[in-house]
Order: sequence, then C-alpha cells, then structure tokens
Amino acid sequence: MRADGGWVWMYGVAGDDPETFADDVSGVGGARPRAVTAAGLTAIVGDVDDREYGAVALRRNLEDLDWLGRTARAHHAVLEAVAGRGPVVPMRLATLFSSDAGVSGTLRERADDFREALSLISARSEWGVKAYAIKAADKVADPGLPATGPGAAYLQRRRAQLTASKDARAEALASAQAVYAELGRLAASARLYPPQAPDLAGQSAPMVLNAAYLVADERAREFTAAVAELAAMHRFVRLALTGPWPAYSFAGEGNGPGPQ
Amino acid sequence: MTGPAYEPAIQGERIALVDLLDRVLAGGVIISGDVTLSIAEVDLVTISLRALVTSISGLVEAMDESRENS
Repeated sequence: MRADGGWVWMYGVAGDDPETFADDVSGVGGARPRAVTAAGLTAIVGDVDDREYGAVALRRNLEDLDWLGRTARAHHAVLEAVAGRGPVVPMRLATLFSSDAGVSGTLRERADDFREALSLISARSEWGVKAYAIKAADKVADPGLPATGPGAAYLQRRRAQLTASKDARAEALASAQAVYAELGRLAASARLYPPQAPDLAGQSAPMVLNAAYLVADERAREFTAAVAELAAMHRFVRLALTGPWPAYSFAGEGNGPGPQ
Repeated sequence: MTGPAYEPAIQGERIALVDLLDRVLAGGVIISGDVTLSIAEVDLVTISLRALVTSISGLVEAMDESRENS
C-alpha cells in the first residue's frame, strides 16, 4: 500500500484526449477521480482508504450488499461521466493498485490490448435487452376455481395448466432466441449474461433473455425502435431495454460474459 | 395481456442494481492489481454473488417454483 495507507482504485482506461477526462463526479469512497497517463493512454483512478478497501476489509465489504451497491454505483458514475465524453474501457469492480506506478506499468504492459478495446468501442455504446416470459398461468387461470381440490377435475385442470405453462415457456424461449438474433443484426457485437433470478430482478416472471449489445451511436435510434417493434411482435415475452451503458460487456477479448 | 410489453429506457432513471452488478462483476477488463489484492479479486464474483443471494429472501422458493414449471 502507499505510504499514506491508501490504495489506487482504477476505473477504466481512455485515450490521451484530455477532453474525455471527467473530474466533476464523486467516485468510490467520495474521492474525485484523477488521471494517470502512460503510453499515450489515460487511466482514470481514485484514491481510497486502506481501512475500507484494503484486502481484508474489501473481502468483508464485498459481502455487504449495501456497500457493494454503493461502490458499484460510484464506480459506474465515474465511468458514465467519462463515457459521455469519449470511449473508455471499464475495469472490473475492485481493481486496486498500491501506487500510481503500478497503474502506469499496467498501461504500458497492456497498451496494445487497451488500444484495441478503445477502437472497438469508439462511437459505440452498450445496450441491454432483457426478456421475461409472460406466465401461462396469467392466461389460463380461472379465478372461480378453488386452488386445491380432490378429484379428476382438479387433476385435469392442473394438467391443462402445466401444458399451457410448458407451451408458453417454449414460446417465450423461441421468442427470446428470435429477438436476440434479430437485434444482433443491428449491433457490432453481442453477449449473453445468465438470466437473473426472478427475485433479484424484482420481477415475478422468469427471465428468458439477458443480452448486451454493442451498437454504433448513429444506429442507436434504429436499435431502440427495433426493440419496440419486436416487443409488439412477440406476445409471450415482455422486453426491457436498458442503456446506453459504458461498454462493460465489450471491454476486451475473452472478458465479459461468454455465450450461454 | 394489454398495453405494450416494452419498457423504454429512461435517461437519468436510477438503474437497477442487478443490471449494474451483472456488468461490473462479470464485465470489464480483468487485470491483476496488487499481489495482496489479487486473491480477493479472483474471488470477487463468488463473494459478491453470495452477498446477493443471502440478502434476498424467497430466492430459494422462487427457484423451486421455476423448476416445477419447467
């Protein structure tokens, strides 16, 4: 760690254009971001405290959802501010160095990778598209019937519900695949994340698609219009669009989520 | 179903934490920072996912339900 007992938190890497650097946001731990330059690249970093971000504290804090959420939002706020001005390659959360020398060393060592990633995401943004299966129960449920009951009628009803549920799920999965492929035609690149668990996502409907797309900024309008069109076409799924995001999912070859 | 099955993105709206965690924990460039922290870094996703899972009640029931429906 540094002589003053702190660490250097690395947010991301931008090119050498000083216009893209943003220090008007509050970053992780409340510190203003600053720049470390080397090899014609700019690392956006911030100074953080050893008591909260040292190896021992960090491990403990990462298990605290409030802390994790606060930290993720602060990390994101800095990257979003920079991404609004020019391309920036995000680092994974909690990339820490003991000194600026470690940061500039990494910039020099990985200069080619960073430059390649910057050129991929230049004038492009990440968009998220999620699809939720619309529950078959919503379509077949008969509120007049008791939830449980003896006899053949109940079993028959239950079987019909299960069949409808299976059909709707198959339809939803087919829709998800079609939506994923269709939107991919408008994107420079696409990645799949695992579907979010219903309760984590704050949704009761199961998620059948959790995709990220890298879209040219000049095609953003076309892309969002296509999402709206597909939403109208596919009645077994509900689509949710998020973005634009800094290019978290397209930050480098072999990084980010892989295909499912 | 009535109404458009579509949620438009709204600029400036507070983003969902779960969408953000997908990206900051599983996306971004992985570089080994300092030796002392590289251990924590490797386990980062596991640790954080455990935090997520343990903090949300009812997750297990939700998963059981989705298995039953599949």
